[in-house]
Amino acid sequence: MCHFHFGAWEGTVMSSESLVEICLHGRGGQGAVTAANLLVAAALNDGNKGVQAFPFFGAERRGAPLRAFARISDSVIHLRSEVYTPDLVIVLDESIMDIVDVLKGLKNDGTVLINTRKKPDDFDFSKKFNVATVDATGIAIKHGILVGGMPVVNTPILGSVPRVLDRVTLPSIQGAIKNKWKGGLAEINVKATKDAYEEVEVNF
Amino acid sequence: MTIMIDTGNYIAAKAAVMAKPDVVPAYPITPQTTLVEGIANYVGTGEFKGEYICVESEHSAMCACIGASAAGSRTFTGTSSHGLLLMHEMLHWAALARLPVVMCNINRVVGPGWNIWTDENDSISQRDTGWIQFYCSSNQEIFDTVIQAFKLAEHKNVGLPVMISYNAFILSHTSMPVEIPEQQVVDDFLGKYVPQWKLDVDNPITFGNIIGPSDYYKVRRAMQDAQDNAKKLIPQIAKEWKQKSGFYHGDLLELYKCNDAEYILLAMGAIGAESKVAIDEMQKKGIKIGLARVRTFRPFPTEEILKLGKQADLIVIDRNISIGLEGALFTEVKAALYGKSDAKVHGFIAGLGGKDVPYTDVETICKKAIDGKAKEYEWYGLEEA
Repeated sequence: MCHFHFGAWEGTVMSSESLVEICLHGRGGQGAVTAANLLVAAALNDGNKGVQAFPFFGAERRGAPLRAFARISDSVIHLRSEVYTPDLVIVLDESIMDIVDVLKGLKNDGTVLINTRKKPDDFDFSKKFNVATVDATGIAIKHGILVGGMPVVNTPILGSVPRVLDRVTLPSIQGAIKNKWKGGLAEINVKATKDAYEEVEVNF
Repeated sequence: MTIMIDTGNYIAAKAAVMAKPDVVPAYPITPQTTLVEGIANYVGTGEFKGEYICVESEHSAMCACIGASAAGSRTFTGTSSHGLLLMHEMLHWAALARLPVVMCNINRVVGPGWNIWTDENDSISQRDTGWIQFYCSSNQEIFDTVIQAFKLAEHKNVGLPVMISYNAFILSHTSMPVEIPEQQVVDDFLGKYVPQWKLDVDNPITFGNIIGPSDYYKVRRAMQDAQDNAKKLIPQIAKEWKQKSGFYHGDLLELYKCNDAEYILLAMGAIGAESKVAIDEMQKKGIKIGLARVRTFRPFPTEEILKLGKQADLIVIDRNISIGLEGALFTEVKAALYGKSDAKVHGFIAGLGGKDVPYTDVETICKKAIDGKAKEYEWYGLEEA
């Protein structure tokens, strides 16, 4: 574990020895798989030699709860199995927490990053786990990141990840976004990640 | 060289397009769909300059491959599960006609019950068609094997089609970083395709006409010789690709920490990668165990496995089942040792229907065999919900 200062914010950043396993919870169509892909592209750019991103294996349905996974390591990853004991859980849609146990398998020193307007201490499990919250939906609306009128939170919430995981940096996440999209679309997503980086609140 | 982070299917599409096939006939099927979408996208970007044919079934896809290959074209396609099974008749045809078609098969369960997850029964059941069969365990290996497959298939001493199998979703839909060499490296490695025979209006020949028993007998023998030649060429081609690209994934087998091993685990595909973690964990606990990942099921690495059987007891994990007997790899490993080794061989079925096989399960399997608590052959994990 390491400590660093960022403006008024002081936090403890998760730093695993080598392998970090991440589980993203979202709904079909919210872009959890894209978020996982962007996250590992950024992590590779930050010098992690082994990365992996994959969806839950099976058919996806729009609106239904789904999971995506990411692994980040210092060395080539041989694991091909599902993620059972994540170090970091990212919740794109907090309504999922009513029907899915997003804490299942989370390591004792693990972290949950939630898209919500609530504060970390509003969640009773914040006594047990590191909890980080960010209003990614609000940020998406502010920057006009909408598809079919619905806010898209998968890229904004990635901006909060470097604040809870020291294996990936904000510039690399923004670089991954710029590699995937061009022009104005890239620009609003990059701005959203900056807001999410600055606005995240943590209980640790 | 560039690094591309993408799924096994998109990486296979990239490799196929860089091999510059003249013709790609294809029909989509989950979980292969993104492979042919990837190639179609390269038609759109202009990076694929060959002929892309949307056919109406997998049977037609293989027929079109056969026609194109017989006309002297470099051909590629991809399929999975029921698609592969629908090709079955034409798989025999392509091999008997000695056509160097290269095809990716994404290992998916055969239904019913309907299931899109992975096991290897689709390709294992095509074992006797005469195709060379590779099984991959990473996206980098998929890229490198697709490139090498063209060289092997088209070699004058082989002239057989090559099937490159990799697990549904676990590889087909998982993004990993892959080093992509410059186009020139691939061009230099493969060279121009010179067909051993082709249909040519200026030089008319007949192929596939009626032949009598003794000639047909020789046709079969020539196929066997070609597979035997492939056995020698696979390591040479792997070495040559290593010199050009830096990547090497093994010969017919990939050996992992087998020096001084008293037990050697044999597995194919993604379980072969996951097992490396299990081997590391067991070695930390002082267990002398290594891994031999079987990369080619045809030609079968008989001599290499016999060598392992003279060194260690063997534990085989099959993600397939020859109903009425046992796992196919288990049967063939025992055949390789028959009369020449006293090694104990344990066979386990695991991961059918896409059931996850994490390294902890691999460890449990190995320890059960090592502790003498396993039957000669058993199904692992059936009792779990």
